[in-house]
Formats: sequence, C-alpha cells, structure tokens
Amino acid sequence: MKDWLTVQTGIRNGDKRAVARGLTWVEQGTDNGKRLVKSLFGSAGRAHVIGVTGAPGVGKSTLVNALALHLRQKGRYVGILAVDPSSPFSGGAILGDRIRMQDSVMDPGVFMRSLASRGHLGGLSRATFGAVTVLDAAGFDTILIETVGAGQSEVEIMQLAHTTVVVLAPGLGDDIQAIKAGILEIGQVFVVNKADRDGADHTVRSIRGMLTLATEHPDWMPPILKTVAERGEGVAALRETIDGHRQHLETSGIWHQFRRTQSEHVVGQVLEDWLLRHLNEARGWPQWPGWLAAIAEGRLDPERVAESVWHGAPYEED
Amino acid sequence: MIRVLVAKPGLDGHDRGAKVIARALRDAGMEVVYTGLHQTPEQIVDAALQEDVNVLALSILSGAHPTLVPRIMELVRANQMDDMLVLLGGIIPEDDIPVMLAQGVARVFGPGTDTNDIITYIRQQVSAE
Repeated sequence: MKDWLTVQTGIRNGDKRAVARGLTWVEQGTDNGKRLVKSLFGSAGRAHVIGVTGAPGVGKSTLVNALALHLRQKGRYVGILAVDPSSPFSGGAILGDRIRMQDSVMDPGVFMRSLASRGHLGGLSRATFGAVTVLDAAGFDTILIETVGAGQSEVEIMQLAHTTVVVLAPGLGDDIQAIKAGILEIGQVFVVNKADRDGADHTVRSIRGMLTLATEHPDWMPPILKTVAERGEGVAALRETIDGHRQHLETSGIWHQFRRTQSEHVVGQVLEDWLLRHLNEARGWPQWPGWLAAIAEGRLDPERVAESVWHGAPYEED
Repeated sequence: MIRVLVAKPGLDGHDRGAKVIARALRDAGMEVVYTGLHQTPEQIVDAALQEDVNVLALSILSGAHPTLVPRIMELVRANQMDDMLVLLGGIIPEDDIPVMLAQGVARVFGPGTDTNDIITYIRQQVSAE
C-alpha cells in the first residue's frame, strides 16, 4: 500500500492497513505524511483524547488495556498510541507495550500503535499529534495515549489530551514528592493503581492533600480512584469518571475551544521541527567543528553560531 | 527508520533468543516491537499489520514451525502485506529450511548466528525495497 489516495481513502473508511501505513508516513515526517494530516484534519476533532501518564512501573499499559476493554463493552471504537523511549545512543527502541495489551488489541474495534519517542522530550513523540488526527479521522471515537514513563516534566500530554489521567502506585517511595510540581498540576483524574497493595489509602490521602492546595481546577476537582488494573477492578468507575470529565468539558465550553488552545502548541512544534532540521544541516557545515572548538575556548560567542543556524547559512568571517 | 516485530508463536516458553535479537536490533538503531510469549498466528499478523513493520522476525524453538509458519504466511498474503520481510530463527532442521523458504520466509537463521549477520541482512533487504 504505497499510493497516497488509497491510504487516504482507506483511513476514512477505517481500514486498519491504511491507518497503519498512514501512521508510518506521519512518523517519518514525509511530504506524504504532512499532506495526509492536512487533508484529514477537517474530519478529525470528534474523538475524546485521553492521556494516561505516570512513573515507570505503575501499570499504565495494563490500565490502558483494561480501560480499552471496558470502552469496547460500551460500543466505543478505541485507538491506542503507546510511546516508549528511544535509545539516546543508537536511536533504536524496544516497544513492549503490546505485551500487556493482549486482551484488548485483538478486538476488531481496537487499533493499537507503538511509537518511539525518537529524541523528543516531553513524554510523547513528535508524530503523536498527527497520529491522533489519523486515528480520529479513521473513526476511533476514543483515543488513549500512553506516555513514556513520566516524571516531573513530561507534561506535553496536556496539550494533546482532553482528559489527562495520572497513574500512581502505592509504595513507590516518595512518590507524591516527585510529582508535586509537574505532573500533579496536569491531572484531571488521578488513579492509584495496584490498590490491593499496602499503602494505597495513604497514597490517596497524599494526593488529596496536594489537590486541596492546588488552584488549577476552579470548577473541576480531580477525582482520585483506586484500581487493580490486572483484575479489572475499579476500571468501570474510571471509565465513568472520564466520561464525566468529557461532559464537564462540553458544558463548560472548554471542549469547543480545545483545538484553538492547542493551535499555539502545534505552531511551536512545527517551529521546533524546523530549527532541529537547521541544526542538523549546520552540523554538516565545514566551519562547524572549528566553531565548536572556538566556543569551548571562549573565543566565539555561541549566540553568533545560533544565529547562523537560525538563518540556515554560516556567518561571514570578519 | 527500520521497524521490526520480534514474535514468539506457539507454545514454547523460551524467549531468551528472541530477547537477544531484539536487543541487538535496537542497538543497531532499529525500532523493535516485542509482543511476548505464546502468540497465535492471528495475533502476530494483526500486530505486524497495525505496527506496519518492515520485518517480521519469528522465533520458534518448539518444532511446530511446519504448522505455524504456513498459517502465518497465509494470513500475511491474505492481508496483502507482501512488502514485509519475514525471517525465521530458532531450531529449524536442515531438511525443513527449503520448505520454509517455499512458504515465503526470506531467510532462516539457525542457532549460533552472529547477530551482525542478521542486522546486515535486514539493512540490505529493507533498503533495496
């Protein structure tokens, strides 16, 4: 499947192979991929995009699997994007999220794609926004995005997801401390997974304590739920809570402004893309190694080099 | 970017080899989807389709390749995934290799294969596409 029109039409008809090929193009950032996102953007914007984030090992994949099963029981069509980190050394990646999603991914109403972060910071990959557009246009009405195992600064998910679910597990040491600055502020729903373990209630209380101090949510107090995702416990309640948040977004008008709010982030992403491309080009300039040495020795101002990168051409020597 | 699905079809419970390969391919800069043990042919081909991988690398140590591989290849053809390279590794008796190749497997890698040979082969085949 290599023909642009076949892929584009196939996506609109919900053909999984076309969706898969479209996602590959979007990930590669090729002209085909850009054209695709542009042409599908108009038919997207209907899906409820749900982000699932939290530290490594809290059970995000297992929870996404359980949630997808519940959503299917309600007749929803579920797209899943799971992001794993790329190696900073080789650029390769092991994408293992499917291991814990075996039950849901075989359902014909579920489409699951693993994405490597490819050097992108923030917990997602550069292609995630385009990938959401493709799944949305293909008719998946609920899209679950699992971020890389996140710490304090992987908060980009809030730009993409209508509803961000922050997952924690009891007994991860000083877990609340670790999330209080970044991730705690972006959660609209909190889940304490592995709630059959000791300390679950303590974790719930700590989150509640933090949230009562927070001021980010004037008209939505983030609920805190307990789940045991492996056994499906608490997952029905989680689905209801997420649906409740969507309702809140619609009645408060946030849902309809969402794309507008998102637009600034999207522009920033494109700009970042361009700059990175400029930087990669600059690395091939004959002056580059000499410049680096000169900066290291304090003979050259890094801003002068950055200006050259910005303009896409080496500056003239005085 | 080369994407590979490393899959363990059937009932054998040994995935050390598969994990070694997955790691080696990652270190060679490839993106490796690993789906764990005990996969049915349907699960494997469905995963390969959704992940749109360039390469499907099967690892079979149980001796069940004469039934598993034809079923997998049948599904691959039914889904018209003809641009995907299918490799087979594990314990495959010498006599069975031509049968596997006739089924559409591009190459069989036996025990003791240098992972660099696999990496080189994949790079050559995928860039030739």
